[in-house]
Amino acid sequence: MHTKSLKGLTIPLVSVLAGFIVGAILMLIFGYDPLQNYQNLLVGSFGGVYSIGETLRNMISLILTALGFAVASKAGFFNIGGPGQYLIGWFGAIVFTLKFSYLPAIILIIGALLCGALAGGLWSMVAGILRAYFGTSEVITTIMLNYIVLYIVNFAVKSWLAGKGSDSSPNIAAKANLNTPFLQRITDNSTFNWGFFIALAVVGLVWFYFNKTKSGFEIQAVGLNESASQYAGVNVKKTIITAMLISGLLAGLGGAIDGLGNFQNISVSNNLPNVGYNGMAVALLAAENPIGIVFAALLFSALQIGGLSISVYSNTPSEIVDIVIASIIFFVGIKYAFELIAKKGWFKRKNREEKGGAEK
Amino acid sequence: MEDYVVEMRHITKQFGSYKANNDISLQLKKGEILALLGENGAGKSTLMGMLSGLLEPTDGEILINGKSVKMDNPRNAKKLGIGMVHQHFMLIPAFSVLENIILGDEPTKATRIDYRKAANDIEKLAEKYHLDIDVNAKVRDITVGMQQRVEIMKALYRKANIFIFDEPTAALTPQEIEQLIKILRALAAEGNSVIFITHKLKEIKEVADRCVVIRMGKVVETVQVAETKEETLAEMMVGRKINFAVEKEETDKSKTVLAVSNLSVEAHALLKVKDLNLIVHSGEIVGVAGVDGNGQSELIEAITGLRKIKKGSVELKGKALQNLNARKISEAGIGCIPEDRQNVGLILPFTIAENLVLKSYHKKPASQHGLLNYKKINEMGRQLIKSFDIRSQSEKELAGDLSGGNQQKVIVAREISASPDLLIAANPTRGVDIGAIEYIHEKIIEQRNAGRGVLLISFELDEILKLSDRIVVMHEGQIVGEIDPRHTSSEELGLMMAGKAPIEQEG
Amino acid sequence: MKKRVLAVLAATMMAGAILVGCGNSSSSSKGTKHSAALVTDGGGIDDKSFNQSAWEGLESWGKSHNLQKGINGYNYAQSTDDSDFLPNINKLVKAKYATIFGIGYKLDNAITKASKANPDVNFAIIDSVVSNRKNVASVTFKTEQSSFLAGVAAAKTTKTNKVGFIGGIQSDVITTFQKGFEQGVKAVNPNIKVDVKYAGSFTKADVGQSLATAMYNNNEDVVYQAAGGTGAGVFTAAKNVAKNGKKVWVIGVDQDQKADGKYKGGNVTLASAIKKVGTAVKDLSNDAMKNKFPGGKTVTYDLKSNGVGLVNDNMSASAWKAVQSYQEKIENGTIEVSAK
Repeated sequence: MHTKSLKGLTIPLVSVLAGFIVGAILMLIFGYDPLQNYQNLLVGSFGGVYSIGETLRNMISLILTALGFAVASKAGFFNIGGPGQYLIGWFGAIVFTLKFSYLPAIILIIGALLCGALAGGLWSMVAGILRAYFGTSEVITTIMLNYIVLYIVNFAVKSWLAGKGSDSSPNIAAKANLNTPFLQRITDNSTFNWGFFIALAVVGLVWFYFNKTKSGFEIQAVGLNESASQYAGVNVKKTIITAMLISGLLAGLGGAIDGLGNFQNISVSNNLPNVGYNGMAVALLAAENPIGIVFAALLFSALQIGGLSISVYSNTPSEIVDIVIASIIFFVGIKYAFELIAKKGWFKRKNREEKGGAEK
Repeated sequence: MEDYVVEMRHITKQFGSYKANNDISLQLKKGEILALLGENGAGKSTLMGMLSGLLEPTDGEILINGKSVKMDNPRNAKKLGIGMVHQHFMLIPAFSVLENIILGDEPTKATRIDYRKAANDIEKLAEKYHLDIDVNAKVRDITVGMQQRVEIMKALYRKANIFIFDEPTAALTPQEIEQLIKILRALAAEGNSVIFITHKLKEIKEVADRCVVIRMGKVVETVQVAETKEETLAEMMVGRKINFAVEKEETDKSKTVLAVSNLSVEAHALLKVKDLNLIVHSGEIVGVAGVDGNGQSELIEAITGLRKIKKGSVELKGKALQNLNARKISEAGIGCIPEDRQNVGLILPFTIAENLVLKSYHKKPASQHGLLNYKKINEMGRQLIKSFDIRSQSEKELAGDLSGGNQQKVIVAREISASPDLLIAANPTRGVDIGAIEYIHEKIIEQRNAGRGVLLISFELDEILKLSDRIVVMHEGQIVGEIDPRHTSSEELGLMMAGKAPIEQEG
Repeated sequence: MKKRVLAVLAATMMAGAILVGCGNSSSSSKGTKHSAALVTDGGGIDDKSFNQSAWEGLESWGKSHNLQKGINGYNYAQSTDDSDFLPNINKLVKAKYATIFGIGYKLDNAITKASKANPDVNFAIIDSVVSNRKNVASVTFKTEQSSFLAGVAAAKTTKTNKVGFIGGIQSDVITTFQKGFEQGVKAVNPNIKVDVKYAGSFTKADVGQSLATAMYNNNEDVVYQAAGGTGAGVFTAAKNVAKNGKKVWVIGVDQDQKADGKYKGGNVTLASAIKKVGTAVKDLSNDAMKNKFPGGKTVTYDLKSNGVGLVNDNMSASAWKAVQSYQEKIENGTIEVSAK
C-alpha cells in the first residue's frame, strides 16, 4: 500500500491529461479554441480570490461525499447512496437550524451539522442493515433510498417548511451561516465558508480512523476478506452496518455544510444533487485514498467552477466541460481495466517468481 | 549416446538479479517416468514453465527429439507434443467434459462442431489409458479426480506424448492417487514420457524410474529411484537430516477437553453432520480421517462458531460453547488452523504483524480504548516471526507475499501463541514443503505434550497415522469407527474412509 | 455615437481590469445598459420549456438591438446543480452584465444574495417575489388565469365528463395551474370530475406517459399537463391512444405545443396555456436599457397584459367561443380566479 503510492499517482494523472486532450480535440472539431477555453477555465477557477473561494467551497461537499463513498468501499460496498445521504443531511441541518434558531450560534451550528450528518448516517445504515441481515445488494437499495429521500424531502419542504406561495424553506438565521461576513470580505463575496476547514479536519479523521482504530481495522478486514474476518471473530454484520453508517455520516455532513454554508435554505428539488455522484468519481480518481481525495476534489471543483466561465466568456457551450469531466472519469474507469490486466500479468510473474524462488 | 525425448541443457532463468534456475540440465527418455523433486520454491515450476512455453530461459537450450527448439509460447509447446496438467485445473465448470476437452481444438464438419467424432476419439483414448471419464457430465458436477483425468485427456486429445504433471496428487484421495498412478504407468507403457513434479517421496518410490532433485535453483543429484531410499531423497531435497520420527511423550489423558454430543449441522439445507459424538482428551491428538466432503468442514465450523448448530452440544472443559460467537469461542480456548489458509486463515493484503493479531487486535496490548497500538502490534509480530521461524523481510511484509509454508507458519504462530486448550488443525500441511511440514508437526506434538487437546483433520493419511493417538473415521457426517494408528496401515484406513470395509473396533 | 461607445469601452476596460485584478483575459468587460444575461435553474436553454422560452426572449431582444452573444451583449449561464446558481450569477456580475435574470423560483435566494453584494446591477427573478431589494424586479405570471381558460376548453370538449390534470412537482408554482384549471372546469359544468396527479418530476417522460395512459384508460378524454419534460410523455400517451381510434386531447403548457401533438392522422393538442417568459425577459431588458428597470417592484403578467393566455390549437368553434367569453370576464374583473 505504501510502496505503490508513486505508481498510484501516474494513472490518475494520465487519466486527467487524457480527459483534457479529448476535450481539446472535440473543441477543435466543433471549431472552438481549446487554449482560450482552458485559459478561461483556469482563470475561472483560480484567477483571483473570488474564484479560489468558490473552488475551495465547491470542494467541501466533493471531499465529504467522496470520503463517504471510500469508507463504504473499504468495507467492500458500492454505496451509490451519496446523493440521497447528502440531501437528507442538508435537510436535517436546515430543519435543526430553523427549529432551534434561539440557540447560541456555536451550539446551533454544531447541532445542525450533527443532525445533518446523523440523518445521512441513519439513512445509509438502512442499506447496511438490509445488506447485513438479508444480503440485499447495497447497489440497489441505495439507489432506491436516493429516490425515496428525494420525494420525502420534497414533500417535507413543501408541507412543513415552505411558507405560502413558496417552494423553499425560509432562510436560516444569519448567525448559523458558515459563510461569515469576514470570509465574504476576504474572498470578494464568494461562498467560501468555514466548512472547508471542517472537511479538511474530517479527511484527517478518516485517515486516522483507518490507520489507527480498531473499528477501521475491522472495516478493512471485512472489505478485504469477509470469511477470514468472520473466522477471526469480527462481527461482520456489525462492521458492515458501521461502515455504511460512517459512509452516510460523511455524505450527510457534506449536505449539512452546504446547507449552512452555501444555500442557507432548502427548496423543492427536481433531481438528486449531482454532488453525490461527483463524489464517487472523485473517490475513484483518488483510488479512495483520503489525502488523494483532497487533490481529486480540487481538480473536479476547479473544472466545475472554471467550467461555468466557459460559456460566459466564449461561445463554447458549457457542456464541453462536462465532456472533459466525463472523459476523465472514463479514463479512470479504464484505469481499472488496465490495472486488472497489469495485476494479472504481475501476479503471474509473481507466482512464478515465488515458486521459482528459493524460500525466503 | 541415448536418444532423449526432452533434453534441457544448462538452463538458467533469471528474474531481475535473482536466479530461479541456475544451470540446470535434465534429460527425459522415451517411455520413462521422471520425478522432479524439490521443496516449494526450489525452482521446479519455473523449469517446467520454460518447457511448456510459459517462460523463456535466460540462458541455455531446450531440445525436443534431438532438435533445438525455441519455446516462446504455450502453443509451440503443444505443437511439439508437450501436454501440461496443472495443479489448478483450467476447466470451465459450466461446460461439459466433452466441450472442455475439445475447446480450442474442435473438429469441424462444414462449419459445425462434429461432437460425435470428438466423442468417438475420446472414448478410444479413454479405453487405451484406463481414463474413467463421463464425457457428458458438466465439469462442475464431477470429482476432483475426474477433473484431473479430463485435463490428462485434454493433453492426449491434442496428441501429446510428453506429459508434465505439476503436483498431481495434492488434492486427491488415496483411491484417486492409486488410479492416477495406474494412468501414469499406462502412459509410459504406450511409449509416452512423463515428468512428475512432487515433493511426496512415497509416490516417487512407487511410480518413477529416475528422480532429479532440485534445491535452490540447482540440480543436486539425479538418481535411480529403485536404488535410493526415501530418507536419502528427503535429505537431498532439504539439504540436511530430517527428523522423521515424532517424539510423543507419555501424557495424562484423563481430562476431557472437548466433548461433542449428538451434534447435527446443516449446510445448504443438507444435513452434513448427523448426531455426531466426539471426545478429545488432554494430551491427546485425535485424528479425523475421511474423504473430503463428508462433513469435516461443517464439524469444524460448528465447533468454532462459524456455523449454526442445529442440534446437540459442544463443550470445552465442561463449558457449553454452542450458540456462542466465533470470538467468544476462540477466547474460551479454542485455536484453529483453518483448511483454507489464503481465504480464511489470513487476510493476504494485510501485513504479517496485522495477521498475527487478527484474533487479538481488539484487546490489550494490541489495542486500547478503540485505538490500535501499532508499535506493540509490530513488536509482537517481530517476536512471533522470530520464535516461529517465519521467513520474511519484516513484520510489515504483506502476508500475500509469503510462500505457502510461511503463510501457514503465521497462522500456526497466531493460534498456538494464544495457548488454546484445544487446537483444531485442518489439513495443516497441505501444499507446504517438507521443512515446513516437519516444523508444523513438531509444533502440534508440542501442544499435545503440553497437555492440550488437538483435533487433527487431514486428507493426508500418513500425517494422520503419524501424529494421532487415536483416529476416528468420518463418513457421511458420522463417526463410523475408531482405530488405533499403531495397528493400521494407510491402505486399510483408505478403504474404511471410503466406507468400503468394516471398521475394526479397537479402542 | 460610435466614438463615444469606444471611449466608454476603453475606460471601463481599464476599470474592469483593475476591479477584476488578475481577472479573465477574454473579459473586455464594460458595464453597459445594453447587456443582459440569464441563469438557468437546472434545465438547459434547450429544455423545450421555461428556460428555452426565456433564452429565446433574450435572444430576440439582443438581435433586435444588434447585440452579439457574449460579453457586452446577451448571454446565458447554465446550472447543473443548485450550488451553481450563485457562482453563475457572480460570474455574470463580474463579466459586467447590466441585467441578470434568475429563471425560476429556485434562484431567489441566490438572486437576493447577489443583489445585496452588487447594488448597481439589475436583477430579475422569474416566478418568485424578492421583496425589499431595490435592484431586484420580481416577475410573476397569473397562470391560474390561463389555466382557468384551459379548464373551460377541457370542460367544453369532454364527452365523458371526466378530465385529468398532470403536474410536475407539487409546488406552489404548479398548484396554481391545478387550481385555475379546476375552477375553469367547474365554471362550465360542476359535475365534471377532475382527476389530479403529480409525477414528482419535471424530467420523467416515462412517468408522464404511464400517468396519462391510466387517465385515458379511465375515460378521461382531456388531460392538461403542467409538467415540463414529463409532459412529453403525456403527448406520447395521447398519440398512442388516438392512433387506436379513441378521441382524446392534451392541453399543452408554457409554449404553443401544437407541434408536439401531431401524429399521422391528426393532432391531439387541443390548446396550449402559454406563459410568455420570453416576453417578460424581453420587456425587462428593454426597460433596463431605457433606465426604467422596475427594481423593487413585482411585475405581474396576466391575461390582460397578454403575458399568459390560451392558444387555440384544435378546439371546436363553440369551445373557443366559450373560452373567449370567459377571458373577457376575467379581464374585466367579473370573474376572479384564485391561485390557491
